[in-house]
Formats: sequence, structure tokens, C-alpha cells
Amino acid sequence: MKDISLSLTTPSAGSPFQKAGAALTSCGILCCIIATFGFGNNYPFTFFFLIIGLFIAGGLLYSIPYFTAKNGLKNDGIMQNSLSSKGAIAWGIAILMTGFYIILYWFPSYLEGLIRTMNPLSLLLRGKSADQWFLYGTFYTLAVLIMSIRFIGKYKFSRYQVIRTISVMFFQLGFAFLLPAFLLKLNQPEFYFSYFWPLKYSYFFPNDFDYLIKSGNLGVFMVFWGLVMTFIATPILTYNFGKRWYCSWVCGCGALAETLGDPYRQNSDKSLKAWKIERWIVHSVLAFVILTTAMLWLNSWKSGTIFGNASGLLSQWYGFLIGSVFSGVIGTGFYPIMGSRVWCRFGCPMAAILGLIQRFKSKFRITTNGGQCISCGNCSTYCEMGIDVRAYAQKGENIIRASCVGCGVCSSVCPRGVLKLENLEEESRFIPYIRHENK
Amino acid sequence: MNIVIIGNGISGITCARNIRKLDAMAGITVISEETAYFFSRTALMYIYMGHMKFEHTKPYEDWFWKKNRINLIKACVKKLNSRDKILHFENGNSIRYDKLIIATGSNPKTFGWPGENLEGVQGLYSIQDLERMERNTKNISSAVIIGGGLIGVEMAEMLHSRGIPVKMLVRENSYWRNILPEQESKLIGKHISGHGIELLFNTDVKEILSSDQKRVSGVLTKVNEKFECQFIGITIGVKPNIGFLESDEIETDLGILVNDYFETSIPDVYAAGDCAQFRKPKSGHPPLEQLWYTGKMQAETLAKTICGQKSAYNRGIWFNSAKFFDLEYQTYGMVPAEINRQQKSFYWEHPSGRHAFRANYSLVDERILGFNFIGIRFRQLTAEEWIREGQTINFVIQNLKKGWFDPEFTKAFYNDIAKAFFKNTEITTD
Repeated sequence: MKDISLSLTTPSAGSPFQKAGAALTSCGILCCIIATFGFGNNYPFTFFFLIIGLFIAGGLLYSIPYFTAKNGLKNDGIMQNSLSSKGAIAWGIAILMTGFYIILYWFPSYLEGLIRTMNPLSLLLRGKSADQWFLYGTFYTLAVLIMSIRFIGKYKFSRYQVIRTISVMFFQLGFAFLLPAFLLKLNQPEFYFSYFWPLKYSYFFPNDFDYLIKSGNLGVFMVFWGLVMTFIATPILTYNFGKRWYCSWVCGCGALAETLGDPYRQNSDKSLKAWKIERWIVHSVLAFVILTTAMLWLNSWKSGTIFGNASGLLSQWYGFLIGSVFSGVIGTGFYPIMGSRVWCRFGCPMAAILGLIQRFKSKFRITTNGGQCISCGNCSTYCEMGIDVRAYAQKGENIIRASCVGCGVCSSVCPRGVLKLENLEEESRFIPYIRHENK
Repeated sequence: MNIVIIGNGISGITCARNIRKLDAMAGITVISEETAYFFSRTALMYIYMGHMKFEHTKPYEDWFWKKNRINLIKACVKKLNSRDKILHFENGNSIRYDKLIIATGSNPKTFGWPGENLEGVQGLYSIQDLERMERNTKNISSAVIIGGGLIGVEMAEMLHSRGIPVKMLVRENSYWRNILPEQESKLIGKHISGHGIELLFNTDVKEILSSDQKRVSGVLTKVNEKFECQFIGITIGVKPNIGFLESDEIETDLGILVNDYFETSIPDVYAAGDCAQFRKPKSGHPPLEQLWYTGKMQAETLAKTICGQKSAYNRGIWFNSAKFFDLEYQTYGMVPAEINRQQKSFYWEHPSGRHAFRANYSLVDERILGFNFIGIRFRQLTAEEWIREGQTINFVIQNLKKGWFDPEFTKAFYNDIAKAFFKNTEITTD
């Protein structure tokens, strides 16, 4: 008889590789905690290699079964798994991540031991010693890269998913980690070429403008780059390819959500009520950031005579509420409970702008293939943005929604090949499928 | 007008929704014994495999029904009294109707094998079947599926996802051979075997065995081969679920007999979906249509008739789809298991055995008749248009790219197919 354990379509939680991978990752977390309690100061090299090594080895071991398994969907057991179905493990991870963010943002001194372990790498890349943000950037990039490998294994049957994931790895590692570090080493402003206003809100604040322009030619180019990306490239690219060119191919927040957040994508709320709340909040945040930016400029133009301290205060509050609490603590900390795209869906003002363009002026749509939908619900279940994809598909309507980030997972999980992400003529995209006999 | 619908499956619910769209005033009541709310039967396998929970299979949120004034009753209908237009429930209640729609779907077919009713032997159709399967397959070490259709392979995949070894006993000499042409049947059979399912062809069952007269312990074939197992899935098809109609004068055969308007032998009583049987099926069409798609299309047509726009059913160009483990299958138009002498068939298969294409066309004028796609997604609109307009096979092969529906960046095969076609076919010149 054939050994069926070798041909299982899904890596089961009981696989020795996955158990070993989970164990090594836990050891990595344990090392982080030990380093935090002072040992990182004394043995930075040892702990640096221990932590990074354990995370990489753990992640790779965990991913092996995805690569050795047969092609095809690997969603077996997700709803029974404590990690992915809001069980005890999920809550544990949520508390751990939320706690990490709170300490990172407001009590970084407690992380001193851990930060010191990053010194060797920080000196090498940036020519200065590590701070809390370098620690965060390193962990963030590591998480994206390791979980990207898992994601590629899981979706290896889909070239769209593989290529898209290589893209997010490239932009995270190159544009959001290495390039800003090298800039620092060259005594240039630490600038992220893959983040734009209003997601990176301060890039359009007068202070950042002043600082960049005064820092030299490269700084002037950075200001120019930011303006071009926000006002010219964003509308053109979104018109042609939809929101996805940024949200699921370039953006670092998207990168983390697609990779570290993938095990939780099914936990997004699909109800109509959630959609209503989403539209209110995300557009309020957009209004908030536009107002803040406009007030800062008005105030700066009139040398502080109009609003006094008010505009500065507003920007501080924006930074605290939206920049830290929403995008960090809630946005990532709540992955295991509310799904991987909490921030992107409810909070990101960049996503709001891209969404408005995608909804009203774009060639992008997810085409529904005629009357082929069997209403099974896999698409809606695995939509990280909480779109009830099935509601459109079963009516033969194309899916054109402001929030869709074009990750393509609905198309990947559809058992009947009903959904296709594509850019076609803008005019035809709202026309539903009607049976010839019913015309 | 008080419309009562028995059955909250795809046909019953599609009727209810479409009637509400056409008539804001009609009273609509849907009765179901199975579940309080409509769910998608096609997703049963995904609940077992842990891809989804039951609540994910509900296509509409629970508030939807009240908002659309569709009254839902969870009860079992015991008896129809069509003379007095009244339905009696098992719990003693009853309900009157002006118009009645019967959309009670199917039950798994059985064969009459000895031992069929043992514990651990079952079909898969309803949510109760799924719950039973969940109990029946706890801690078992081997399973047997009898019958090789679509539900059979679904059950095999379900059991396989839990690491339970599966044997499939198939009467034919190749997988789903009564529907698929030989090459597709072989390709899919190979794919299923490749996943570790033991496919046993030419195998007829004689008896289902039990060591304790309670629970299944194995199966015996006609050639006295014995296979031990603790679970048997019977997937030899479905039959209309119409037992409760026996005492009424409504005319039935295998299903409830209907005309092209879904009218039964009794005025104001209609039937649609799996449980309906066409009195005079069109030539080449089966009397019973037991698919999700046909259930939906029948119900849409019937809703119009109920609301005063009398419409005859027209199934249009045939289509269907399925998935065998990782292999997606789509078919459009007529692609019978064996072609007749007026037809020609072109088949292409990728060396990997994961992609295949077939086009059937008329021998006389080379007009396209139908397609099979395996491991290739194709646009329904394009396929239907070509078949309806009677495009020639040459045109179709040269324009396959237009209908290609695989995700972006997927390696496409339309050029390989065209090359193979024009190499193997003499191109007729004018």
C-alpha cells in the first residue's frame, strides 16, 4: 500500500518539520526575552546570531512541507487550528505582538538589551549603533522574508502569487530596509522610496520638506520623488492596474499582511455592517490627514499666526492615534483576531485614495466567469479585506470594490476557476453576465 | 398571493428571491427541515476539510430574509393535501398556500446491497449527512467509496485530508467514463491515483460486511474480493426526495412530473430543481437535471411564470464544472463520452498530465459543438458565443487566446494547442 503521509495535500500540524519549526521559532522568541533582560548588552553577537538564526531556521523548517507537498490548495484544517481560528494560540500571539508594539512605541528603554543585539548589523549597514526603530525594521523585514517563503510554498501552484510575493520581498528588503540604511551611512536623510503621503504623512509636512531640501541635492530629489509618486504616478498606475500595484506588490504594510498575516486572512469580518464601518473610518482618517497637512502648511505659510500651536498639536495627535496606535498596535497586533488587513482596510489613508480611484476610474476588476459560481464561499472566506466576493460572483457581477487590494487569493482558492483579476477596457467592467436566454 | 416553497436549497431560495424581485407584495414562505437558513451544499466538503465553517457557507446574512420579507420555517413537511391547498407538518402544524413550489432536492441513491444500512455506511447530500460522516469517520483507519462520480471524488478528497486511506470501487473500466471521453477519464483517474487514492475499476459490489451486525467492517465484491474498512461512502448518484407526496394525487415518476413551465399535474403546484422530472424532455436532454447550475436556472424561469410572465425553460448551451483534487474541469456545449459519426474530435494533452483540451466539431461543416478544459480556465461567454454562432474549428483554435481565463502570469497553452491541431489536421483550402 502507498504511504499516504507522503502525498497529503496539506502539511498537517503534526508534521515533524512544522513541529521543529515552531519549536525553533519559540526558542528565538525566548532568546529575545532573555536578551531583553540585559544579556543582550553583554553578548550582542551571540544573541544576534542566535535570534536571527533561530527565526530563519524555524521559519524555513516550518515551510518545508509546503514545498514537498503536491501542488494545489493547502487550506486543510485551518478552521480547526487554534492558531488560525482565533483559538488560545491566536490570542497568545495577539497579546505578545500588541505588547511588543506598546513597549516599542512608548517604553523603548525596556527593550535596551534586545536593541543592543542589533548593533553589529546596524553598524555594518548604517554606520551607527542600533535604536528601537532599527530593531523594529530588522524584525519586520525578517518576518516578511521568512513568511514570504512559506507563502510561496503554500501558493506555489499560482505564478501570480509567487511573482507578487517576490515583489513584496524585493521592496521590503531593498527599499524599506537596505536603502534607507545605506543613505544614513552616506550621511544622507533616511528616506523610504516605497512609502508616500498620506501613508507616510510626514513626507508632506513642512518640517520634512524643509529638512530634505536643506540636506542637499538628494534631498531635493526625495521631495520631488514624493510629489511625483503621490500626484502623478499613483493615479496613472491605479487607473491601469488598480490599487494592487501598491497595496499587494510594493507597500511594506501590505507585505507584512500578506506574509506574516496570511494564516489569519480568513478572520476578517465579511458583514455588511463591517463594510459600513470601514467606509466611515477609512475616509475619516483620510480627511484627518488632509486637514492636518493643510493646516500645517497654512500655519507655516503665515508663520504660525493662524493656528498657533493648534496645527502642530493636531499633527502630534495624528501621529499618536493613527501613526502609532492604529497602524501599529491595532493594525498588526490584532492580526490573529481581526484578520491581516485591519489597518489597510479600516485605517490607511493611502488605501482610501487608491480605493476611490479604483472604484471610480480604473481598468481593474475581478471578472466573474459567467454563471459558473457555485456559491461555495471560499472566495469570501479567504478575502483578507472582508469583501463578500461571493455576493458578486453568484450574480455574475464583476467585483469592483474600493477596498480590494488585488492579492488574488479569491481567484486562487476558487474551486471552479470563476474569478480572474484583470485590467481591461474601463467601460465594460460594470456589465454583469446575463444568460443569452434571459436577454 | 401566498406562495409557499418547500426546500431552502438553491432552487427554492432562487425562486423566493426572484419572486420577491418581481413582486413586492407576494407573501413568500420557505420551509426547510434541513437548516434554518440557506447554505451552499457545494461547500459541504470544505467544512469537513476545515477550509470553512458552516457559517461561511451561508451566501446571505441572517437579516437578509426578514428585510426581504421572506418568511422562513424550519419544519418537516409530512403530507401534501393539494385538493384543499394545505401542507401538514410532522409537528402537527399546517399551512395553506395559493401557489406551492416543491424544491425538495434529492437523497443519495442506494442500490439494495445487503448491509447497506449498517452504521458507517452513508451517502453525502445534506448537512445531516456531513455531521454523520464526521461521527462515522472518527478514528478510523480505512475507508471505501462505492461509485466514482463527482460526490465520490469529493468524499475521497475529504477522507484523504484527514489522512484516511481510501479505496474507490468503480463499476466502469475507467473514471467517470459514462460522462467523460476516454482520454480525459484516464487523465483524471491518474491524477486521483497520484494523490494516493486506490482506484479499483471493473469492480462490482456484492455485499457490505459487518463483524458485529452493527457497524461496517468491510465490503465484498462480486468476484469475492474482500476489503476491510470502517467506513463506506455510497456515491452512485442521487434520487428525487419526494417520499412525502405519496398520499397525494400529484403525478410522479422518478421525480415530480412537470412540463416546460414547471407545472405539475395539479394546478398551482410547481416543482423545480433536482426533484422535478420533465414529462417530455427535449431530445438529447435528460429528464432529470441534478446540478447546482440547472437548479438555479430552473428556479429563475419558474419565478417569472409565478409572477405572471409565463416563461418556458430553456437550458441554453450546456455547461458544467468540477474539481478533482487539484484539477479543475470545465465543459461547454456537447462533449459526449463517445462521439457519433457526424462528429469529429480534437484532443490535446500537456505532457505533465495536468492540462488538457478537447474540441468537438461537426464533420460536415466543421462547426464547433463543444469543449472540455482540464487544468485550464476558459471564459464561458466566449465558449458559448462560438458554439451559438457555429464558428468553425479553425477559427476557434486560432482565437483560443480570446477566451483564456487563467490567472495572470500563468503559462498559457493556446499556442501549443494550435500547433498540435494544425500539425495533425489537414487544413481544407477553399
